Amino acid sequence: MLDISPLLFVCLGILFFLCYFHFSNFFLDKIDKKKGKIKSHKLNLRAFIFVAPALIVFLIFILYPVLETFRLSFYDKYGRDFVGFNNYLWAFKDPELRRGLLNNLGWLIVVPTLSTAFGLIIANLADRIWWGTIAKSIIFMPMAISFVGAGVIWKFIYDYRGPGDEQIGLLNAIVVSFGYEPQAWITIPIWNNLFLMAIMIWIQTGLALVIFSAALRGIPKETLEAAKIDGASEFKTFTSIIVPYLGPTILVIWTIITIVVLKIFDIVLAMTNGQWQTEVLANLMFDWMFRGGGDSGRGSVLALFIMIGVIPIMALNIYKHKQEQKI
Amino acid sequence: MKKLSLSSLLSQLLLLFFVIIWITPTFGLFISSLRDKDLLAISGWWTSLKTTQVNEIYRSEGSKEQIQENDLFLIKGNIFEDDSNKKIISYGVTSKNINEFDIEQVGVFKDGTKIQLFENGNYILTSSKEFKKKGKRIFVTSLSPPKFTLDNYREVLFNEGLGQAFINTLAVAIPSAIIPLVICSFFAYALTWMNFFGRDTLLALVIASLVVPLQMSLIPLLSIYNDIGSIMGVGAKSYPGVWMAHTGFGLASTTFLLRNFLKSLPKEMIEAAKVDGASHYDTFLRIILPLSIPAFASIFILQFLWVWNDLLVGLVFLDQVPSEIILSAKLRELLGSRGENWEILTTGAFISMTIPLLIFFSLQKYFIRGLVAGSVKG
Repeated sequence: MLDISPLLFVCLGILFFLCYFHFSNFFLDKIDKKKGKIKSHKLNLRAFIFVAPALIVFLIFILYPVLETFRLSFYDKYGRDFVGFNNYLWAFKDPELRRGLLNNLGWLIVVPTLSTAFGLIIANLADRIWWGTIAKSIIFMPMAISFVGAGVIWKFIYDYRGPGDEQIGLLNAIVVSFGYEPQAWITIPIWNNLFLMAIMIWIQTGLALVIFSAALRGIPKETLEAAKIDGASEFKTFTSIIVPYLGPTILVIWTIITIVVLKIFDIVLAMTNGQWQTEVLANLMFDWMFRGGGDSGRGSVLALFIMIGVIPIMALNIYKHKQEQKI
Repeated sequence: MKKLSLSSLLSQLLLLFFVIIWITPTFGLFISSLRDKDLLAISGWWTSLKTTQVNEIYRSEGSKEQIQENDLFLIKGNIFEDDSNKKIISYGVTSKNINEFDIEQVGVFKDGTKIQLFENGNYILTSSKEFKKKGKRIFVTSLSPPKFTLDNYREVLFNEGLGQAFINTLAVAIPSAIIPLVICSFFAYALTWMNFFGRDTLLALVIASLVVPLQMSLIPLLSIYNDIGSIMGVGAKSYPGVWMAHTGFGLASTTFLLRNFLKSLPKEMIEAAKVDGASHYDTFLRIILPLSIPAFASIFILQFLWVWNDLLVGLVFLDQVPSEIILSAKLRELLGSRGENWEILTTGAFISMTIPLLIFFSLQKYFIRGLVAGSVKG
């Protein structure tokens, strides 16, 4: 039967942290009342109680590992002997990694562009139609689903049976009904990447849609009315007023989706595990963490590659976010 | 105003087109998870309301059931064990010609045994000799009416281990969402309203760490976990381990979002509490906490869903054994080992989607706010 002991464990884990904050502060309050000291003196101890857990977690789980990953990238697979730039040299020569970089680049071009475009188009359509809210919910729904779950959904769509058999995958069924041969879509090199990207576009369009439709409400009604009176067509209004107005929003959405795509891992692992030339950086890194007992040097170099890709875009994103907060 | 112009009609059609494309994959998965597994394997889910023609092999009863009438041996029975609604249209007695006989037409086996098969699966075997212990093979072509069942769910939840994986995922996701919220709310409070040495540096460091992808932490953390495991003589991977990993990876974004929220609260309120002699802890509990509930809800949902849907951290920091494996890792395992058993995969995927979809439909406002804010999550 089902073992529910993990759930009991959960309560203890949460209780531990609640007790820490409650009792440490409770005792400090007691001490303060007894001594009746001026507040500025005890502020530091209080601050320490507030900050300590987060600080410890920060040091152990972020600061130390990041520095250690830098160090490990110059060491051998066990992290013992210094090997200079060997891991980096390997990285520039390895054909698998080159494939991964190229694929990541492909993902970076296709997914953010199409998700943003679809999101923009759908947001515009949905805003003018009475059942638009329902449409938006439906298109946003994939955002709730895990990448692996989405992988299963789409693998089912791409399912392949021999030419004689009845196809149970939707895509092949459509292809066959038009009189073509069924294809094993996810095993056709290069093109299969597009079939994996389609999954990501299906998920991320919802995010773009929601942000766009919030931004659309910010366009002054008068401007749109004026365009209408001047006889501008809907298409013309869209390209000359709406798109320029949404410029900053487009950038924000594009950066958000780009970061997700840079770290794309689950979909590739679940669908192909990098076979048939669908390798991407994050999947390759996961692979090197465990391949042949794990190679921390090469894995670290790959992690650094991912970070180098993420930093500029994430920095831009946070900068934008902070600017928005200021307004 | 509500004139049905051509362009409005076109817009509606275009939007409908998008909606259909977006909903079809999930809808197909859901329908498939409810279908009979034999039908699922041979026909597309879009045919699930149609009657399907299936070819199957059945075996009649053996000598145990035989009765003797004069000098003839008879066996009567029904080839369908369960009460299925199948309707037989033709049958055969050899694999070479499976449609040799129409129903009720008398067929003859190689050894001279005669058979008569009826539409509902009833049959009569007659032979002049005694029957063998093993029954006869009958090749049946029948029409199977649409059949929906919850069997797949029963099978997947209790026999394939997804029920346990579901509980495990809850056990990972609940603390992994609550612990960062607890420690980061105090952290963010201190960073916003308290004065202490190094506050600004710490804040800058935390915000800077937002740009670091979690892949940067995996290798060193895994080796720390292994070391701790071997020193303490326990397994390196455990629930508290994965909670703290998720707490670590969610720390920067949670702190960032909470601080942005706290900063927006009026400063006078905190000052007033101070004047009244409230300690910072009192202020936090009595003033900040009640005001922060909506912000907490969004951040909780963001982190909870992130953890629920995560695969990478669950693969690295948990053992892939039944008592620890999480849903997404289990699903990925099934994709490899049961790649052709679509009834298991579709049902499993749908089970993994239940909680996120539940949150999505019941708390859509917080959900959307959380996910949009989550763009800063590394």
